[in-house]
Amino acid sequence: MRELLPTLERWRAEQKQIVLATVVKLYGSAPLPLGAKMAVSAAGEMAGSVSGGCVEGAVVQEALALLQQGGPKLLTYGITDELATSVGLACGGTIEVWLELWEESPR
Amino acid sequence: MSLHRQFEDAIRLGRLVALATVLTGPQRGHQLLLWPDGTTAGSLGDPLLETALHARTEEFFAGRKPVRLTHPVGPVELFVDVQTPPLRLFIVGAVHTAAALVTYAKVLGFQTIVVDARTAFATPERFGHADQLIARWPAEVLAEQGLDESSCVVTLTHDEKFDNPALAAALRSPALYIGALGSQKTHARRRAALAADGLTDTDLQRIHAPIGLRIGARRPEEIALSIMAEIVAVVNRAEKSPAGS
Repeated sequence: MRELLPTLERWRAEQKQIVLATVVKLYGSAPLPLGAKMAVSAAGEMAGSVSGGCVEGAVVQEALALLQQGGPKLLTYGITDELATSVGLACGGTIEVWLELWEESPR
Repeated sequence: MSLHRQFEDAIRLGRLVALATVLTGPQRGHQLLLWPDGTTAGSLGDPLLETALHARTEEFFAGRKPVRLTHPVGPVELFVDVQTPPLRLFIVGAVHTAAALVTYAKVLGFQTIVVDARTAFATPERFGHADQLIARWPAEVLAEQGLDESSCVVTLTHDEKFDNPALAAALRSPALYIGALGSQKTHARRRAALAADGLTDTDLQRIHAPIGLRIGARRPEEIALSIMAEIVAVVNRAEKSPAGS
């Protein structure tokens, strides 16, 4: 989280809404530890990582949808049939990602 | 101030803090901020759930890691995001290797403190990227800084009058990693000096010397990389088997 703070400040200064994604569960082998985080701005920019690159693209889409529809959301990513080639984890594990609207008002 | 802001500020200031979130059930999305002294902010939307979680505050902070848990009533899934202060790396000797070491350590999330009494070395031009640059006697600074289990100390000056007292200060603390640059020969002389200063064999075995993993490092940047890799190895080992468990 610490490494994301400067980015969060910048996005707030630019008056962009922010969605925070956090890894809240791991099954099997997974690339990043519990608590790994990624932030997504309303402009579609991202900072940090929840899976070392496997599912980040999908998380950005979910985050942008959350800004439209409201949240929070609990998402699961893993190797399951056809998903394996789209947004699965290459390492064979499964992760749960919590997506929430992060405090957006500037100081 | 919002919970998210308080959470961010605590992390920025290097405090221990935890943010608990209800992931499932009717209270989904409710959040409670927990502090080590037992105070809280926010709400989980269910007093019983909150009491149950609050009772485990000490356990969360002792674990120093995020925790996923299930509360039997409901059942309800919770995530407790425990945030710990950054590891601190004290570098004694504002030498070339130190500049590269600061770069690597910053990328890895360490707070970097460079100490050197020689003001010709300890210049902001060379160490603008360090979190702190202190131009004073290293042993004094280390004694004041309260080295703890999340502190790492590296001595790089090649000068015994700076390195040895700094090592003595580090050895008298619970520092997680202590490393000293120098050959086997230098280290034998250093051990003798520190032993004469009252440090025991057990104390002296805590010093990583020759410093760094063996990667055939020659250039200062390579030496810094080997030191950083050794520190990471020690930190990860300690996380796997916490002291006292």
